[in-house]
Amino acid sequence: MADPMRIRAQVAGDKATVRVLMAHEMETGQRKDAAGKTIPAWHIQDVTAQHNGKTVMTAQWGPAVSKNPFLQFNVKGAKAGDKITVSWVDNRGDKRSDEATVS
Amino acid sequence: MKRTWVACALLASLAAWAQPKSAADGIAEYRKMLEDGNPAELFEARGEALWKQKRGPKNASLEACDLGKGPGVVKGAWVEMPRHFADTGRVQDLESRLLTCMETLQGFSAAEIAKTPFGRDEQKNVTALATWIAASSRGMKFSLPQGHPEERRFYELGKRAFFFRGGPMDFSCASCHGEAGKRIRLQDLPMLTKNPGDGIGFAAWPAYRVSNGEMWSMQLRLNDCFRQQRFPYPGFASEMTIALGSYMGVNAKGAESIAPAIKR
Repeated sequence: MADPMRIRAQVAGDKATVRVLMAHEMETGQRKDAAGKTIPAWHIQDVTAQHNGKTVMTAQWGPAVSKNPFLQFNVKGAKAGDKITVSWVDNRGDKRSDEATVS
Repeated sequence: MKRTWVACALLASLAAWAQPKSAADGIAEYRKMLEDGNPAELFEARGEALWKQKRGPKNASLEACDLGKGPGVVKGAWVEMPRHFADTGRVQDLESRLLTCMETLQGFSAAEIAKTPFGRDEQKNVTALATWIAASSRGMKFSLPQGHPEERRFYELGKRAFFFRGGPMDFSCASCHGEAGKRIRLQDLPMLTKNPGDGIGFAAWPAYRVSNGEMWSMQLRLNDCFRQQRFPYPGFASEMTIALGSYMGVNAKGAESIAPAIKR
């Protein structure tokens, strides 16, 4: 199981700024190991963000996204106490979902 | 007419002087942007979980580990290390102390972990633990104890190592870190023979390296300095690395720790 994400969500005016750090290798599939063998691609493919259970953002990611990615977005109309859930699925089918409360 | 020319030239030179953003400013700006999402936080979280988790052959947590401020006290420990520990009778830095605790409390083999390459197996856990422990002293000022004769010996030993020249390029640590205002390509090199300032040099590590996505503890930082000098690699948590830590740490007295920092 993957390590937990770090999610911070803060109200800024009529929206909330959400900052997410994900722990993932994000292997591109282009690199070779010491023995010269290609390291298979292993990266996050789908990212979903939910605001109180309603999907507000989806993203499709590929090998160009960095290791341990950082994601920031705004959620319109989110208020303090609301729940923000972020989840990802990688190309191996591994998933992770974490929740944060808007402050 | 001549006077206006002079005035114009003066104005132009003033504008030119005020305008250009130096490379260092650009890098500082870039770091500022990255700080918001420093992935070191992920290692911090991992380290904290590892500290409390029961692991190893003895199935114990590290919560009874004495980092110099009493068993289980983490806050403020980082800014007072390396220091002398009565139970082992040695001066130890954070990583070597972690090895001791992992061996005595959890039953891991310290020698085995020291031999493991960086970023693998238990070595990865040591880095995560070091990140969290260092982060717990964020904003505190370095104040290494120098009361014990061994601590003073390590400082002197570190000083000698710092100025020791050798290798195919006749380098010493002091070649790069012995005077102010030096840099390698775009990286400013801190002067480590005195306090280089808050969050610079010794006070900036452990740090997350953006370019390779790795978390670097002080041991790995030193290891890479040895590589750059084309010296043989030092042993993990060896006396030499701890002595260098003592030297830099004592010199950094009063500097505020910003660990874990983020580097290019």
